[in-house]
Amino acid sequence: MTRWFRQPPPRGVLLTLLAAGLAACFVIEQFGLVDDYVRFVLITLGINIILCVSLNLVNGWMGEFSVGHAGFMALGAYLSACVSVKWLAWGDPLWMFPLAVIGGGLLAGAVGFLLGLLSFKTRGDYLAIITLAFLMIVKSGLENIPYVGGARGFLGIGNQTTLLSTAIWTVLTLWAIRNLVYSRFGRGIVAVREDEIAANAMGVDTRKAKLAAFVVSSFFGGVAGALFAHQLQFINPSVFDLVKSTEILVMVYLGGVGSLAGSILGATAFTFLSQALQPLGTWRMVILPLLLVLLMIFRPRGIMGMREFSWFVPRREFPAKEEKK
Amino acid sequence: MDYFAQQAINAIQLGSIYALIALGYSMVYGVLVMINFAHGDVFMVSSFFCFLLLLLLPVPFVAALIIVMLATAVLGVALERLAYRPLRNAPRVSAIITALGCGLIIQNTTLSLSPYSQRMPELFVPVTWNFGGVTVSSLQLLIIGVSVGLMIGLDFFIRRTRYGMAMRAIAQDRITVPLMGIPVNTMIALTFAIGAALGGAAGVLYASAYPVISATMGVLIGWKAFVAAVIGGIGSVRGAVLGAYVLGSVEVFTVTVLPSTYRDLVVYALLLVILIFKPYGLLGRPAVQKV
Amino acid sequence: MKPLLEVRDVTMRFGGLLAVSDLSFEVTPGHAHGIIGPNGAGKTTAFNIITGIYAPTAGDVLFRGESLAGQRPSNIARRGIARTFQNIRLFRDLTVLDNVRIASDAHARYALPGAMVQLPAARRAEQETITRCLDLLEKFGLGDAAYERAGDLSYGSQRRLEIARAMALQPALLLLDEPAAGMNSAETLKLVEFLGWLRDHFSVTMLLIEHHMQLVMTFCDRITVLDFGKTIAEGTAAEVRSNPKVIEAYLGPEDGHE
Repeated sequence: MTRWFRQPPPRGVLLTLLAAGLAACFVIEQFGLVDDYVRFVLITLGINIILCVSLNLVNGWMGEFSVGHAGFMALGAYLSACVSVKWLAWGDPLWMFPLAVIGGGLLAGAVGFLLGLLSFKTRGDYLAIITLAFLMIVKSGLENIPYVGGARGFLGIGNQTTLLSTAIWTVLTLWAIRNLVYSRFGRGIVAVREDEIAANAMGVDTRKAKLAAFVVSSFFGGVAGALFAHQLQFINPSVFDLVKSTEILVMVYLGGVGSLAGSILGATAFTFLSQALQPLGTWRMVILPLLLVLLMIFRPRGIMGMREFSWFVPRREFPAKEEKK
Repeated sequence: MDYFAQQAINAIQLGSIYALIALGYSMVYGVLVMINFAHGDVFMVSSFFCFLLLLLLPVPFVAALIIVMLATAVLGVALERLAYRPLRNAPRVSAIITALGCGLIIQNTTLSLSPYSQRMPELFVPVTWNFGGVTVSSLQLLIIGVSVGLMIGLDFFIRRTRYGMAMRAIAQDRITVPLMGIPVNTMIALTFAIGAALGGAAGVLYASAYPVISATMGVLIGWKAFVAAVIGGIGSVRGAVLGAYVLGSVEVFTVTVLPSTYRDLVVYALLLVILIFKPYGLLGRPAVQKV
Repeated sequence: MKPLLEVRDVTMRFGGLLAVSDLSFEVTPGHAHGIIGPNGAGKTTAFNIITGIYAPTAGDVLFRGESLAGQRPSNIARRGIARTFQNIRLFRDLTVLDNVRIASDAHARYALPGAMVQLPAARRAEQETITRCLDLLEKFGLGDAAYERAGDLSYGSQRRLEIARAMALQPALLLLDEPAAGMNSAETLKLVEFLGWLRDHFSVTMLLIEHHMQLVMTFCDRITVLDFGKTIAEGTAAEVRSNPKVIEAYLGPEDGHE
């Protein structure tokens, strides 16, 4: 992967910035410094970053094509809602809500594991069809479960997604996926994209790589779904349809495949663009796919495709100092 | 027994419409190895073409069928020319995404222009016959007849004519075929035109049988036809027809034993099962990867 | 000495095509073993069977006396069989260092959760891999190119990188599929020297497919000759050269030739 070959920031800078950002989120929320609309958009931004970077793992780094991400979101959303509304409603949100989010992620991750098993033999178009079938099954499956409200939807979910919790989950996701990408598993995932046969011949267990990508990607998809459910406070199966998946695809391919910086950029641009286009009503969903098509024709890897902002790259990845003659 | 026969006729009627749409998916895949995800929405738009046409001037059925097929063919070719051709040599993923995007563009443009479903004016007044408890309408016979006629025509075209031969050649080897003097671009455009025209025929037939049309039909009906094409083995023309009738039957008989909300669940679960155990469908052939 | 690799009566059928039929040969540790034969004789198919890409229709492959049947390619690679490809298959979009690192990762032992939360053990393993790989690249004369994109290297360097990548697996047996492809005779001479260095420095056993007769005849300790998927001769360079069957396979039957 080519990256921006400036040096990483001086030690501690990134950590200080992060701490400051999280503190700012806390203060803003505690003292009500921004109005509800701005808060809503900021939380949406965080959720979108989680969705974008997690889907990027499969569609960007691994180079496969999944349209099922909204399905993982749905699993996370519904399971977390069950936890917070039905099973542990008596609990203090302080520990109960993170538990609900993790539970949502785990369910999504477990199902992602099964989908990963199917990716051993099928690739490309056929894997895309499998993820599509998965999405449709989740949606129509939920419509037929009266326990979670069926087609009418799941009502009365608490407003528990805060700015701070979203920020923490966003940072955690980015950090974990960065660590994954710059580990032997991440290189295995990228090797699958580059040349699966050569990867196998070089000792990469491509099955494990695929499973790792699917499980981690869907886990964080589920986490995003859980946050999403407790932001909207009302979910129904038709929210998690192909349109939702397409929105995430737009983010990934706008920002750039195989890039953390690209994921953040794509999610940010999409979030604000989508808010700006809100007055257009359904025409919004004409413009966004149009953008996706134009991107595919003119810049198929996105703005930051395969490039990385050097601050997100671990220090060890840079050439040692004395080599720079 | 009467009940069973009645359901069988319904299944054949639904399967015929699916088959016409599924052929469009399968032909494009056969020639370009690309899933034209927008095809379901092309079918949906064609029923709106039919609606508009009948609103403007009440033409007889055959004229409506021909005009709508032509108009839809133009749409199909435009889609290929504007969106898919620039990507013909791009990574496969780009083509899939573009097709998906084009489908959403068509669907949401229609939705924005016509937010509510529309009631279709009647194309003709059907006559119904009763055979010992089984009702058959002339409309059902017409739908089945037109579909089967078009399918036989297509099969003949692909197997017996020069154009059909050229199409099959492109599917085999897109690099050498131009060297043989076959105009690849024209042939691909022709494939899209025929696929879309068949989708257009399906649009007219569907709108006559179920006269309430809406922008979500592409998702509800078009996607099912896609599932049929995959079940039959996408890329195989006969597979598409087989898959369509299998799917039509499964759907009709699911509703007789389960609540109708289970229809999609059963259809997509069937798709998943087929892909797991017979990854290339009932009549499809796997692509061989060279080392 | 016990053979390192034994190919026993291997047959490979693709539909109606018999690509390899009853192929048997042994590779002695420390040897450079050549496989030669006309185009389509089944040489690359034999490589793909040994490395687990194809499962043979019949027969067995033994490595260090153990059967490789049913093993996935990645497992066979980890057990100590590395290879290069006829038409270079590098990870072109990755850096030279990452190419080598991916192979070297086969020996890293940390787990996925540990990697995701950056446990010290995982960090240490990463650092060690980098050091080892930079070292290896230095030996192959690619140290300066470590941070360049593999696809940007010259053809010769790409060939060398592919061998370096294979060696990062620390294999006991190295399979080279036409290492001299696309080289002129001066370059081939250099390659022979390089392969000699490789063998001595890493004490690795080699099995190589080659069309370039001079290279095979001067470099290989033992040669297997294939034609139409069958072994038609085996022995030292001198033995093979004088075998009438080999002459026939290469020059055609005597009455058809002047």
